[in-house]
Amino acid sequence: MTTLKTFHPKPSRPAPSETVGVVGWLRRNLFKDIPNTLLTVLGAYLVVSVLAWLLDWAVFNAVWEAENRRECLDAVGRAGACWPGVGVWFENLIYGLYPKDQVWRINLGFLALIAWLVPLWMPKVKSKVAIGLAAVILYPLLASYFFLGGEKGLIWTALVGAGLLGLVWVWATALSEQMTGKTIGVVLLAQAGLAEAEEEKRRRALQIFAVVALLISMGVVSLWSFEAVSTRLWGGLFLTLVISGIGITFSLPAGILLALGRRSDMPVVSLLSTLFIELFRSVPLITILFMFNTMLPLFMPADVEVNQLARAIVAVCFFATAYMAEVIRGGLQAIPKGQYEAAASMGLNYWQTTNLIVLPQALKIMIPSIVGNFIGLFKDTTLVSIIGLFDLMNMARAIGEDTDWLGLFIEPFFVVSLIYFVFCFAMSSYSISLEKKLAKGRERS
Amino acid sequence: MSAPAIEIVGLNKWFGDMHVLKDINITVRDGERFVICGPSGSGKSTLIRCINQLEQHQEGELVVAGVEVRPGGANKAAVREHVGMVFQSFNLFPHITVLENCTLTPTLGLALPKDEAEERAMAHLDRVGIADQAQKYPLQLSGGQQQRVAIARALCMAPKIMLFDEPTSALDPEMIKEVLDVMVELADGGMTMVCVTHEMGFARRVADRVVFMDEGEIVESGPPDAFFDAPTYDRTAQFLRHIL
Repeated sequence: MTTLKTFHPKPSRPAPSETVGVVGWLRRNLFKDIPNTLLTVLGAYLVVSVLAWLLDWAVFNAVWEAENRRECLDAVGRAGACWPGVGVWFENLIYGLYPKDQVWRINLGFLALIAWLVPLWMPKVKSKVAIGLAAVILYPLLASYFFLGGEKGLIWTALVGAGLLGLVWVWATALSEQMTGKTIGVVLLAQAGLAEAEEEKRRRALQIFAVVALLISMGVVSLWSFEAVSTRLWGGLFLTLVISGIGITFSLPAGILLALGRRSDMPVVSLLSTLFIELFRSVPLITILFMFNTMLPLFMPADVEVNQLARAIVAVCFFATAYMAEVIRGGLQAIPKGQYEAAASMGLNYWQTTNLIVLPQALKIMIPSIVGNFIGLFKDTTLVSIIGLFDLMNMARAIGEDTDWLGLFIEPFFVVSLIYFVFCFAMSSYSISLEKKLAKGRERS
Repeated sequence: MSAPAIEIVGLNKWFGDMHVLKDINITVRDGERFVICGPSGSGKSTLIRCINQLEQHQEGELVVAGVEVRPGGANKAAVREHVGMVFQSFNLFPHITVLENCTLTPTLGLALPKDEAEERAMAHLDRVGIADQAQKYPLQLSGGQQQRVAIARALCMAPKIMLFDEPTSALDPEMIKEVLDVMVELADGGMTMVCVTHEMGFARRVADRVVFMDEGEIVESGPPDAFFDAPTYDRTAQFLRHIL
């Protein structure tokens, strides 16, 4: 028998120093050869000169205190920005003409939304789907009363009570899941001594809990009331967020349903879905806004008055839904037929297949397009200015029409652009982080 | 003798104008290993897909595990309860783990509690030798492993009949064996199996009966020894010459 020689791999040497680290990166990417170096220098020059000009205008030459635009122009002419105009109007940019002493209601409303969503980021909370659903269904009830105010009938009281109860439930279950790992329902049942009771009895008990909690919540709600604020006074960033927020939360589920409808085997459902999608996709948003604003009242009974904001919101929702439906349909088409067949062979029915197999995969593929649509929708809401709503954009224009600040357009638009950028960039970043999170562990290793 | 697992009488199917299955008559006994072979386009996949009603036939009687299926597939859900299927392209659900693939239907359709379903899933995954990969996602496994998971997933529904539609055709030669081993083990355990396959070695070793299909018809049928060594029809002999 021959003995085999043992194989010893050569020791690794470090890579040449000019190819690694910061120096290596600079060499490879910025100063590879002469044209590359020239481009780098030119690019740097452009960036620096634009930034220098912008800083001069926005900071160094800018006027920070003035009574009106005349004073700004006398001080620096057009070489510097005139910020006091934006400062005076800033609250209007954010809240529109909402009464100043009631603005806290808007702040509180948005704080409630943040409070509602915080548990979604708590690691041990299991009921995230339920919390998200509650945010979509119950939060608007609470928020709309915060924003609208006014007299509450019994139905209003019940709805607002449900909204308030939703917020309480979200935090109760989030805290209980974070600390004990059990939902608030299970904890309450244990407190009531029903931990071992049979299914039927436990469900009954939970229903009773819910009804009692709702009654208490309604009682609390009926204790306070806000003065009514007409939607005519809504405006600025607040209005933009309301319209786009409703548009976004409506268009995703509605778009999913329409996309499923269009692919349905049932001819009537498919035809109606296709008709809706193609109709709203083939008409510009401005036209749809005009139509809903001027024509919708003609079709309504004479004594029913739908307010202008509601008309605009409906128009935006329909338009966004039609686009969203096509995005989702693209995702649905990317799912191989084998997935449907496997699900069918395992005895899953249509809705189980759709909810558990098809949609999770389709939505994941389509996250970039879906968020792209959201961003587009957010910016498209500026078009509501065309029917006389004072959204963020229209409010900025109003500054330049104020007699004190006549002609002051660039500065407000600059600020508004920044605000839009912050929101859109946040959405975009969130979508990228979501993609990364969902991709983890699911790729071929 | 117990009732047949599958009884097909005078089954016909058309795709549009194309007559793809012509007067098929088959009886598969309980516990029988039934292999269908034939050239591509012969209708063998369509036939096996009719058994669990992924394709609906237009004429004929079909009784599967005691459930009578009329043309149109009205009670396909009842049939699918008793029939597991393994596909050529695995068709695992890529967005959930291997274990979740296996517990999905048992927790929904059979309404098993989660821990019981997981116990059952782990037992079947262990049987196909994938238990240690249960927490991975399907695309992290090799083709052969994925197909074994697909078999385990089908078994988790406790089916009376297993259908295999070319289970090894998408696999590398090295991986074919690991899947066939699982199938042989399953056959030895007494499962009723209907396999569309080109693995003639497997057919010879495991099958109780082999049928040859061409042009939507069953040309020939018999026990494997007779089928492979002394085919009756020239078409069968020609096919066997090409494939062996």
